[in-house]
Amino acid sequence: MENIITSKDVHLSYGNVEALHGISLDFEEKELTALIGPSGCGKSTFLRCLNRMNDDIPNIHISGEIKFENKNIYGPKMDLVELRKDVGMVFQQPSPFPFSVYDNIAYGLRIAGIKDKELIDQRVEESLKQAAIWKETKDNLDRNAQAFSGGQQQRICIARALAVRPKVVLLDEPTSALDPISSSEIEETLLELKHDFTFIMVTHNLQQASRISDYTAFLMSGDLIEYGKTSDMFMNPRKQITSDYLNGRFG
Amino acid sequence: MNAKTRNKIATAGIYTLVSIVVIILFGILGDILVSGVPHLSWHFLSSEASSYQAGGGVRDQLFNSLYLLVLTLIISLPIALGAGIYLAEYAKDNWFTNLIRTTIEILSSLPSIVVGLFGYLLFVVQFGFGFSIISGALALTFFNLPTLTSNIEQAIEGVPQAQRDAGLALGLSNWKTIRGIVLPAALPGILTGIILSAGRIFGEAAALIYTAGQSASTIDYSNWNPFSPTSFLNMMRPAETLAVHIWKVNTEGIIPDATIVSAATSALLIIVVILFNLGARALGNHLYRKLTAAKS
Repeated sequence: MENIITSKDVHLSYGNVEALHGISLDFEEKELTALIGPSGCGKSTFLRCLNRMNDDIPNIHISGEIKFENKNIYGPKMDLVELRKDVGMVFQQPSPFPFSVYDNIAYGLRIAGIKDKELIDQRVEESLKQAAIWKETKDNLDRNAQAFSGGQQQRICIARALAVRPKVVLLDEPTSALDPISSSEIEETLLELKHDFTFIMVTHNLQQASRISDYTAFLMSGDLIEYGKTSDMFMNPRKQITSDYLNGRFG
Repeated sequence: MNAKTRNKIATAGIYTLVSIVVIILFGILGDILVSGVPHLSWHFLSSEASSYQAGGGVRDQLFNSLYLLVLTLIISLPIALGAGIYLAEYAKDNWFTNLIRTTIEILSSLPSIVVGLFGYLLFVVQFGFGFSIISGALALTFFNLPTLTSNIEQAIEGVPQAQRDAGLALGLSNWKTIRGIVLPAALPGILTGIILSAGRIFGEAAALIYTAGQSASTIDYSNWNPFSPTSFLNMMRPAETLAVHIWKVNTEGIIPDATIVSAATSALLIIVVILFNLGARALGNHLYRKLTAAKS
């Protein structure tokens, strides 16, 4: 097993308030890792550090080390565009651009400088198939992506993230704004895809974490409490507090 | 009184109030159109205004109004767009940007006659532009900028943060996210802002009386040289607009058919504003489709 992303002693503070108190966590390649924990524990904040989505927040200070494929992503030589091409992201709220389905998927490719129409066509089809939304969209690729249902929009966003062939996809509560059926469809899609991509997913839904993740990290109040194989952690948590959380005693 | 009766009374109250608004609006519009439209004719639209006799038209006033509108938008739109983008996307929340916002709010409630007199002192007298279309267009820009800027700012702020995040997560720079995603998403709102301000500009009289002037010089519509004094495109000529014409005919007009001319002009003004709104909406839809459709 290779660690594709490694982090060492990551501290993050907004002004004087420290939100992450030194998190060291390594992510396995081509596995799905779930980040769980109570609201406000810092799991989304930590996730957003991994592709530097926190950069533009005023008064933010991040220290420690995060490496992607052994390159320090906060280093001066890091190209943000390259990093985000390799480390894609899907958000809680489905956020398709107000364009056609086709252009939504092609946007990232065009930004990456791909001009070949055939290649773009091919990638669009491939990504929509991977995200299991090809059947619903193939006859109306010209239709505005925002005219689709919430679950379909989220899968279009997954396809958009996959189109540039990232190595890692960060998922920030990707199903919490969706109905149960759409959620389980997305879970199935992720189960299919996790052999080809590395997923790191923040979720509030413990059943979801236990169903689809290979590894789980439990965070609380800005600290990493426990990390391990999902099956081990859910069956035999090492710490009492993890067990309490998993059994719904707080959170 | 139980909850049901109270609900009924509240509903009835709301319906009454909205009827009052509708009746007033339709009353005004209907009255203007009913008394003005019968006097509209090709002759009225295509002949010059007359100073003493009955039977004059508003050809030049109509053209001047449109010309001023276009010029004002050409000057004010880029400025307002830039300022709106800055306020919505770049401005940090501090005393300076608060000062800008407050200033914009104050300016947008400035009486237009004050803008007109300010324009008179600055453009007509100080800059020596005289009573001219360019003075009028600049005064109207001052009059229009605050509202247009805050309309554009609101339209841009209305675009969900998730859209920006999604753009940044794809590796777009801040500017590319704004240009490629935020602006297209905000376009319908921006267009509404432009349409609203166009209506205000088109119907504005007070700000123009002392800047664009109240006389229509003889102009030649076949002269396309904008530097020739008789050309219709010349920006340095004085130009009376439809709204100013209505004001003038009613205050100091000595033509015997003043009532008819002002009624017909008012109707024409309203019809042009409606046409402009419809046109801008169609253009907006077209633009939106073009910006968001697949490029094949």
